[in-house]
Amino acid sequence: MAENIVIIGNGITGITAARHIRKRSGSNIFVISSESKYFYSRTALMYVYMGHEKFENIKPYEDHFWEKNRIELLFEHVTGINTEKKQVNLASGNTLNYDKLIIATGSRSNKFGWKGQDLHGVQGLYSLQDLDLLEKNTRNIGRAVIVGGGLIGIELAEMLRSRNIEVTMLVREKSYWDNILPAEESEMINRHIRDHHIDLRLSSELDEIRGDSSSRVRSIIMKTGEEIECQLVGLTVGVRPNIEVALNSGIETNRGILVNEFLESSVKDVYAAGDCAEFRTAFPNRKNIEQVWYTGRKHAEAIAQTVCGNRTAYEPGIWFNSAKFLDIEYQVYGLINMNIQEEKNLYWENKEGNKAVRIVYTDECVQGFNLMGIRYRHEVCEKWIREKYSIEKVIENLGEANFDPEFFTQYEKELTEKYNLENPGKNIRLKRSRKLFRSLFNNSKETA
Amino acid sequence: MNQEILIPGDQPVSENTVMKKSGLALFSLGMLFFLISFTSVTKFSPVLFFILSIILPCAGALMFFTAQLKGSLPGVKKNNIQFLSATNRGLIGWTVAVFLTGMYILIYWFPELLENLIRIFDPLSYTFNGHPANQWFLYGTLYTIAVLVMGVRMIVHNRHNKYQIIRTFSVMFFQLVLAYLIPMFIQNGFFFTYFWPLKQDYLFPSSYEYLVKSGGLGMFMFFWAAVMTFIATPVLTYFYGKRWYCSWVCGCGAMAETLGDPYRQNSDKSLTSWKIERWMVNSVLLIITVITALIWIDSANKNFMLGEFAHTANKWYAFFISAMFAGVIGVGFYPLMGARVWCRFGCPMAAVLGIFQKFFSRFRITVNGGQCISCGNCSTFCEMGIDVKSYAQRGQNVIRASCVGCGVCSEVCPRGVLRLENGPVEGRYELNNEYLR
Repeated sequence: MAENIVIIGNGITGITAARHIRKRSGSNIFVISSESKYFYSRTALMYVYMGHEKFENIKPYEDHFWEKNRIELLFEHVTGINTEKKQVNLASGNTLNYDKLIIATGSRSNKFGWKGQDLHGVQGLYSLQDLDLLEKNTRNIGRAVIVGGGLIGIELAEMLRSRNIEVTMLVREKSYWDNILPAEESEMINRHIRDHHIDLRLSSELDEIRGDSSSRVRSIIMKTGEEIECQLVGLTVGVRPNIEVALNSGIETNRGILVNEFLESSVKDVYAAGDCAEFRTAFPNRKNIEQVWYTGRKHAEAIAQTVCGNRTAYEPGIWFNSAKFLDIEYQVYGLINMNIQEEKNLYWENKEGNKAVRIVYTDECVQGFNLMGIRYRHEVCEKWIREKYSIEKVIENLGEANFDPEFFTQYEKELTEKYNLENPGKNIRLKRSRKLFRSLFNNSKETA
Repeated sequence: MNQEILIPGDQPVSENTVMKKSGLALFSLGMLFFLISFTSVTKFSPVLFFILSIILPCAGALMFFTAQLKGSLPGVKKNNIQFLSATNRGLIGWTVAVFLTGMYILIYWFPELLENLIRIFDPLSYTFNGHPANQWFLYGTLYTIAVLVMGVRMIVHNRHNKYQIIRTFSVMFFQLVLAYLIPMFIQNGFFFTYFWPLKQDYLFPSSYEYLVKSGGLGMFMFFWAAVMTFIATPVLTYFYGKRWYCSWVCGCGAMAETLGDPYRQNSDKSLTSWKIERWMVNSVLLIITVITALIWIDSANKNFMLGEFAHTANKWYAFFISAMFAGVIGVGFYPLMGARVWCRFGCPMAAVLGIFQKFFSRFRITVNGGQCISCGNCSTFCEMGIDVKSYAQRGQNVIRASCVGCGVCSEVCPRGVLRLENGPVEGRYELNNEYLR
């Protein structure tokens, strides 16, 4: 008889696992979610609110995909897991037996016990339900305060500005997202946020949220005592693993569900992946909990192998990520802002202050690329890092990495000149820029 | 209860709002004069009414776009497009569709109702070629103006993207100079930006005879049409994909990429629509190829059995495909089905170019590593209804017969995943992305 594989959570992790298991086996696959029947792209929720897309546009697969691939979707809430009987308990009262269980329940928004955090009009932004709430909470309002300066914070600010709502952003750090972005890039985003008429308050903390007599938010008080009137408070101070289903089930948890490098939990045949999983031992230069779309996808690919009988450890590979801060795209490959021993930085920024390239390197080899407003090829950057290219070899070949659309101004030459200027005695020449005529006739594998 | 009363929309009026409203006011006033120009009052002064009903709305629109330029930062401008009645198939969208469709029907089949309106174009027509205006002069002028004015909008909205700026200038230039100014001077109904099979009769024996009779320039034009169809089309498509024509040169494309830009999201992305598209567009190509062949056989062989049939078929083709489909539905349905209905389902030129693009071209849209987040923006704003994200999220090159290479998918991608590229034909279809499987 075919095995029952039960997956809790239908985000990118759960769905990637389901798809890859289906490719390898004929098992029965159940995907349970109480958020949305169909998989949707969480990172695209903002585009629905801003009116760029309809909800149906952010579903990565048409609805007939699931039946065709025999992946059964259950729009149900899981209340608990019975690991003895190998059963999942559902809110409807039903139970579902599993042979293998994958927990991919994602995250939930942090709240830090502020006074007034449960008033009407105070919310986070993570789920479809949050978006629905935001729609209701922002009807006819004039001003919002966002607490927290991460990716969700700036996305929420952009969303609210699209509806002409005045936004104040309280950021505890002294510069936007400066634990991840190097100082110059972080400063660029500070400027960019302000250019978009968002009232950015750095080194600012929330003290309390005040409500009116009907328990609706009326204003916030900052640690400095300053009061800001507002009708919405967005709490975007990070997320934490959503591990409710695993509590009291005998599955070992800490902040997340504890797993080894095979994403196996403490209980046999129970796995966890994506945002909700916590590695007992972190991989080098990585966190114990990885809360990124791409890592969730990669966890799921490893799990699918294991579940199908080919026990495979998760290999984090070379770090990459991307985002968009209002109008500035961001891509990162490798190690940036990690204070590697004896690291050097080649940093170039355009005159307008909205495009930048940073290459981190050591005497031995290149370590990482950080791009603002410029697109670089993933494969090329990764190859250079993996094969330990020297900084000079990288600079000479920079044209190969450029992924900006045709006709865009190319800055590799300026970058080369900057390197030569900062390193007296060096005279590196850009070997290949991206040229139109090359693209017409070259027949090598790469495109240009 | 002492809940504070919040008055919605209570925001200071900025300078830009004033400018936007003034622009819209001028535009509306102009449209009012446009309606008045249907009456015989235009006889009073054609020049005056030309200024009031044509120049005035253009000035109003340009003023509005200038206000948008001043009031915004460069970047993707798609906010609220799914909410606005004009762009989400709402009331305004339907009104515009009915108006455009109606105008086409009037121009094509009831020009006598436009008599007064046509007269206001006389001064311009006399300046060009010494003849009074007719409905085709009116049509050509309005068409070109729409491309130019909405081209300005396209550039304002996409000014962060050089590909879009240059491409929009290109369609504006080809429409204005090659499809409007030169033909209006030469006056023989020949447009340098259209070729067989889109303008099927350019390669009919009758064109050949007519053009040859009219001397050197005529010879050149027949030669031009033949070269464009049989040499330039395959060669350019081999190097650049069909975009060299569809989104850089073609007049239908020019309209779609300017006036049609706000309606991209209304194209159907389903698998079913893709099936319908392939059947329809290739059938039209087949039909016109057969008609052209029969007409040539008929011209070479006076006793050809199917000769009369070929000419009758061509008349029906001209009515149903060239007039109804390309004109009335092609533009009239912009607000409802996106701007590329004709290009996608009907254009035989697009079918030819599509076949080249699919099998003998260096063009493709590549996917950058594992960066796709399946957000769906690329598919949403594909005017040709290609589900781009279904390719992007599995790391597969986008190579589709219908892709016109407008570059908007690449532009709206928030993770920098897509790029229009030319490269070796071999291996284009290989699925070799190591990040996505």
